[in-house]
Amino acid sequence: MVSRFKEALESGKFVITSEVAPPKGTNLEKFLNHIDLLKEKVDAINITDHQSSVMRFPSLGGALAVVEKGGEAIMQMTCRDRNRMALEADILFAYTRGIRNVLCLTGDAVPVGDHKEAMGVFDLDSLQLLKTIHQMMDGQDLGGNSLDGAVEFCAGAIVTPEAQPIEPQLIKFEKKVEAGAEFFQTQAIYDLDNFTNFMDYARKFKTKILAGIVLLSSARMARYMTENVPGIFVPQDLIDELTGVPREEMLAKGIEIAGRTIAALKKDAICDGVHIMAIGREEAVPDILAAAGL
Amino acid sequence: MKSITKQKSIEDIQEGLKGLDRIFVVGCGTCTTMTKTGGIEQVEEMKERLQEMGKRITGSTVIPTACDDMTEVAMKENEQFIRSADAILSMSCALGVHRMNLYINKPVIPALDTLFIAVEETPGYFREACAQCGQCLLGQTAGICPLTACHKGLVNGPCGGTNNGKCEVDKEKDCAWTLIYNRLKEQGRLDLMRQYQPPRNHNIVPRPRVVKIT
Repeated sequence: MVSRFKEALESGKFVITSEVAPPKGTNLEKFLNHIDLLKEKVDAINITDHQSSVMRFPSLGGALAVVEKGGEAIMQMTCRDRNRMALEADILFAYTRGIRNVLCLTGDAVPVGDHKEAMGVFDLDSLQLLKTIHQMMDGQDLGGNSLDGAVEFCAGAIVTPEAQPIEPQLIKFEKKVEAGAEFFQTQAIYDLDNFTNFMDYARKFKTKILAGIVLLSSARMARYMTENVPGIFVPQDLIDELTGVPREEMLAKGIEIAGRTIAALKKDAICDGVHIMAIGREEAVPDILAAAGL
Repeated sequence: MKSITKQKSIEDIQEGLKGLDRIFVVGCGTCTTMTKTGGIEQVEEMKERLQEMGKRITGSTVIPTACDDMTEVAMKENEQFIRSADAILSMSCALGVHRMNLYINKPVIPALDTLFIAVEETPGYFREACAQCGQCLLGQTAGICPLTACHKGLVNGPCGGTNNGKCEVDKEKDCAWTLIYNRLKEQGRLDLMRQYQPPRNHNIVPRPRVVKIT
């Protein structure tokens, strides 16, 4: 069984991924509904890994649920909570259960989350995790031992095109490409001119770039993100556009903005696809796709 | 090098001294004097607080450097007062607590928590500079340690949480990798940042860490 997501990336089509966050608890109903809602509409569904350092149902279990439902999963893996042995073990298990895509992340810092006294592990970093997966694909673990049965994954990573200063991020991006990142999902982008500049640079490398689309559900959220979230810049004209509509219409405006952004990226073939993050409003993703004409 | 300490809450100290009524108080003339957590003044204040708690003070001393071998001499000089106490309350760092435990068989209760080992960069400003990892990277990182200066101890460049040169954990704290980048760039050595750093070896000297110099 090969990665259908990888096939989509290699087909040259404009690839669509979206993400679903597992619940805090064992009630999976809403989570499974979101998977059902999205699995036919996107090329792959990312399952987040204790997003924002908030403890939840695990990404491994969530990705398994996607596979069981016949969808294509991208299992997010952060380096915050597991040492190298635990990460390797989960990679082995994921492969045996049909998960074929992994997104390697460093992981948010522990103090930003809801278990503020927990130990941040970071035994590996995102780059070392990428290398580890490739080493395991070659049949060897990090201890240098042979695996009885190797793994096969399409492994990707993230990049932040709006980071300031940008060069340290680009250096790491290039290291990730060298380490075998077959795709990148970017932090949310709103400024298409800046993103186009980034793509002019990124096109020099043999990898696929999916632009991060975060749904703006209100003017307040847009302002909060641009002021507080590292690597996110929401241009003032978008904030004004949201402010210009009544509160009850802001979500619809946000969906329109997201759809319009995706359509523009696709029309000019600026990047290889998009990764839609609706952050708790996963039911809006089909509307975003419709607004994008997809 | 300074051992940075913080006084435990008075409730925790009281709990630590539960059932121990006669107390000998020991401060340190080096690090805890500099950080104002265990110098002469703090020892005197502590004695007052202990008396308010109903404890009896059998004596006190401030050892010049509580972690070195002169501690034995200071303890012996005060032996009669220590022997008449139920416990020693230590206002040195944990290294001093270890030292004091070697000589007179009395419980040594720490009044301080030991936080980290620091350099004093400017008067009164103490910064953790070394995690004693056993694999020094400072030659490749322009003298800025990513294990102590980066919240996550990342060795291959910044995470996505960096923002305008600051850290996602605290907007007042510098992003280590922005500092490293800036300094390497100034030195014309950015190629060092492009090098892949493999996973760290966490067992170069497995705990308990011991070395014997002959």
